[in-house]
Amino acid sequence: MAEEITLSVFRGDRSGGREQEYKIPAIPGMVVLDALHYIQAHQASDLAVRWNCKAAHCGSCSAEINGSAKLLCKTRVDDYEDEVIHVRPMHTFPVIKDLVTDVSWNYEKLRQIPAFQPAVNAPFTMQQRDVDRIQEFRKCIECFLCQNICHVLREHDAKDAYWGPRMMIRMAELEMHPLDTADRVDLLKGAAGVGYCNITKCCTVVCPQGINITDNGIIPLKERVADKYFDPLGGLVRKMHK
Amino acid sequence: MSENIERHAYDVLIIGSGGAGLRAAIAAAEGGAKVAVLGKSLLGKAHTVMAEGGVAASLANVDPADGWETHFYDTMRSGHFINNYKMAEVFAKEAPARVLELEQWGAVFDRTPDGKIMQRPFGAHTFRRLAHVGDRTGMELIRTLEQKILTVNVDVFQEITATKIFTDNGRAAGAVAYYREDGRFALFSAKAIVIATGGWGKAYKVTSNSWESTGDGAALAFRAGAELVDMEMVQFHPTGMVWPPGVRGILVTEGVRGEGGLLRNSEGERFMEKYDPQRMELSSRDVVARSIYKEVQAGRGTPHGGAWLDITHKGPEYIKRKLPGMYQQFMALADVDITKTPFEVGPTIHYTMGGLRVDALTCATNVPGLFAAGECAGGLHGANRLGGNSLADILVFGKRAGDGALEFLQGSEGTPKLDDAEVQQEIERVLKPLGNEGGENPYAVHEVLQEVMAEHAGISRTGPSLEEGLQKMLELKARAEHMTVPGSRVFNPGWHAVQDVRNMIALCETIIRGAIERKESRGAQWRLDFADELDEYGKVNFVHKLEDGEAKTFSAPVSEMPTELQELFQLGAAPGIAKSAKKE
Ligand SMILES: Cc1cc2nc3c(=O)[nH]c(=O)nc-3n(C[C@H](O)[C@H](O)[C@H](O)COP(=O)(O)OP(=O)(O)OC[C@H]3O[C@@H](n4cnc5c(N)ncnc54)[C@H](O)[C@@H]3O)c2cc1C
Ligand code: SF4
Ligand code: SF4
Ligand code: FES
Repeated sequence: MAEEITLSVFRGDRSGGREQEYKIPAIPGMVVLDALHYIQAHQASDLAVRWNCKAAHCGSCSAEINGSAKLLCKTRVDDYEDEVIHVRPMHTFPVIKDLVTDVSWNYEKLRQIPAFQPAVNAPFTMQQRDVDRIQEFRKCIECFLCQNICHVLREHDAKDAYWGPRMMIRMAELEMHPLDTADRVDLLKGAAGVGYCNITKCCTVVCPQGINITDNGIIPLKERVADKYFDPLGGLVRKMHK
Repeated sequence: MSENIERHAYDVLIIGSGGAGLRAAIAAAEGGAKVAVLGKSLLGKAHTVMAEGGVAASLANVDPADGWETHFYDTMRSGHFINNYKMAEVFAKEAPARVLELEQWGAVFDRTPDGKIMQRPFGAHTFRRLAHVGDRTGMELIRTLEQKILTVNVDVFQEITATKIFTDNGRAAGAVAYYREDGRFALFSAKAIVIATGGWGKAYKVTSNSWESTGDGAALAFRAGAELVDMEMVQFHPTGMVWPPGVRGILVTEGVRGEGGLLRNSEGERFMEKYDPQRMELSSRDVVARSIYKEVQAGRGTPHGGAWLDITHKGPEYIKRKLPGMYQQFMALADVDITKTPFEVGPTIHYTMGGLRVDALTCATNVPGLFAAGECAGGLHGANRLGGNSLADILVFGKRAGDGALEFLQGSEGTPKLDDAEVQQEIERVLKPLGNEGGENPYAVHEVLQEVMAEHAGISRTGPSLEEGLQKMLELKARAEHMTVPGSRVFNPGWHAVQDVRNMIALCETIIRGAIERKESRGAQWRLDFADELDEYGKVNFVHKLEDGEAKTFSAPVSEMPTELQELFQLGAAPGIAKSAKKE
């Protein structure tokens, strides 16, 4: 492994900025987040980066490394042998400073999703096979990398029309809970805009939790919308069975 | 210079948005109070998110003989009987209800074959007791609370750091904080305050903790007159990663041993046979951590100074299903396939048992109107915490602290007053290091602090070394008065670090002072010069309080259990086991 690594890190704020180069000693097993911490401690104490767990659990450290949307704490420096490592903030959200972006829009949308409404009181009786799927969705660490990469939000900035894959996964998790009684299908078709997803699967590719966002989450939601709106009888039957 | 500050008024101000803080906020809001909750991170990202193994509650879903008595018994024994027994009692009784409530709010735990919440074994728990979701239980817990918070009337302030708690005639009156995003200040007046800011594992270099764990709330409350207890008790988790250096300290969940992992030294010997032949790998954390340390000291360590942990006999399929996070963690960060080879582990700082001294039922500190819950509070765990007991702790006492604050509001009159001059003075203090040059670098001070703690107040301790550590800490405290950082107020980590370091120094001084006073070995405190556990020290807790700006340490008697609880320890076995033996 090279003894010295070169990072080119975006420095700037709402008004703009540019990449700046830093050279640091390589330490075995170092991840990009460690490299940024080294820069903070020795060269630029005001370099702004979010992090928390350094274990891929909290979803704070999302960024773009050499053009790919990744977690800084899960990306090893030696994946980029002999390359300059370019680190930039997520593109889809406004920059606050350096690598830190304003992700508050996501929390606004999370608040607008109707909460879990169980049919009965705990303790619940539920089989493991009936909750496997929703446990997959609940692995989400809210890193918003999928939101960052989804072209509806990234290229078309259609945040008023489509709430993005993270919100779809949250709704899928609630809709598929064996004991939930709320109905989010109107919301999905309307304000949340599931119809805007054209199944490119880019979100699934970047998800650090390996959640099969498109196939297991969004497509079944689209089917629910189709059932209710284009097949009124089917919709009614499904509702009675929920 | 007078700052323009944002002003807020609340009934209950909660500092900390980890599990304890969110649970307290829900309780206070459901009681009708106007509530704010502050956190240094974004919502749902607090340290609690890292918890892996599970939450301990005697639901008795897989071992019907379990019950609150046995959970209480295990907790007191692991704490070496200096716990606040009253806390341990309500804790053991209420944990099941707190876990079920999470299910009601949307948490999806792993299931038993008959569809109930699954429970796994963990070190020093008599029964299979940890409700869990794979190896991401903390994430499930905090996500559920985050989702619940969005449905109740609570104002959530994200990425904001409280720096001082004010009092009015001795009563808690409010706090000042700055937004990390742009350094703006906000002043919160409150009728009651709950501290839920977590622990201070970042005082040590090799640690499993997140950056947030700098003990802010405990230090702020200490400066406001609150008492700290059991500060010498700092938990080493026996199994952190040791190689490569970039990952040193990251946790290897106890679940690996829970699922059958074996510990061996460099000679291939299953060394736990020597130290705890009965419980072996699933002995309590203090014992396993010390055993690994002793093996390494005796020259039987692994190449990078740890022990081998081996789970290969369980087969790749089982390992990937039960411990997916661990499998990935080692593949991604260490290039090690744990399904094929043993891997190196060694002790890492994990949890701080000590903290703010509170009333067992209301979580009230000695400062009227000031409450504390979660890892920042002391008493429940005594000299050593059981795995899984912390997630249950933050639920049980988070709720109790919220309820305690509500009760206080009902019994108190008026709103305490904040003194503007005092507020301005604090803001000037916080701003002083910024943009100045020539002072100490906060990162360098933090590094020295970690070195001092590792060398003088680590896993093994002696009187002379602790005294030397105390001197070094006091010198560091003086140096830290003069930290400076470049840059502006806009999201400036160097400036944030100045506040963190100052808080850790205040707490580390009490850790060392407590360790000096406790001239015995008990739980996490291991004194090479006093190797035995001594009866006289089993009767006292060490308490710290600021008097005229100086930390003073005194001893307070451990409260004595009533007869019916004492009897639980005289059955010849854990209550659940003794009872079922009798039935047969
Ligand atoms: C890797 C790991 C695994 C673990 N696994 C388990 C397990 O399996 N079972 C178990 O029971 N326990 C486990 N624990 C322990 C447990 O996770 C913690 O003890 C517990 O989550 C602490 O919760 P808390 O609410 O008290 O504090 P935290 O979750 O630490 O939250 C503290 C909150 O306070 C905020 N805060 C701090 N300072 C300030 C300030 N100045 N101003 C404003 N806000 C502030 C922080 O931003 C944060 O929101 C584990 C710990 C680690 C590190
Ligand atoms: S599959 Fe849908 S949600 Fe995912 S990136 Fe493509 S358009 Fe966006
Ligand atoms: S679904 Fe995956 S990519 Fe999207 S926020 Fe959750 S963890 Fe991140
Ligand atoms: S720091 Fe938590 S996911 Fe990277």
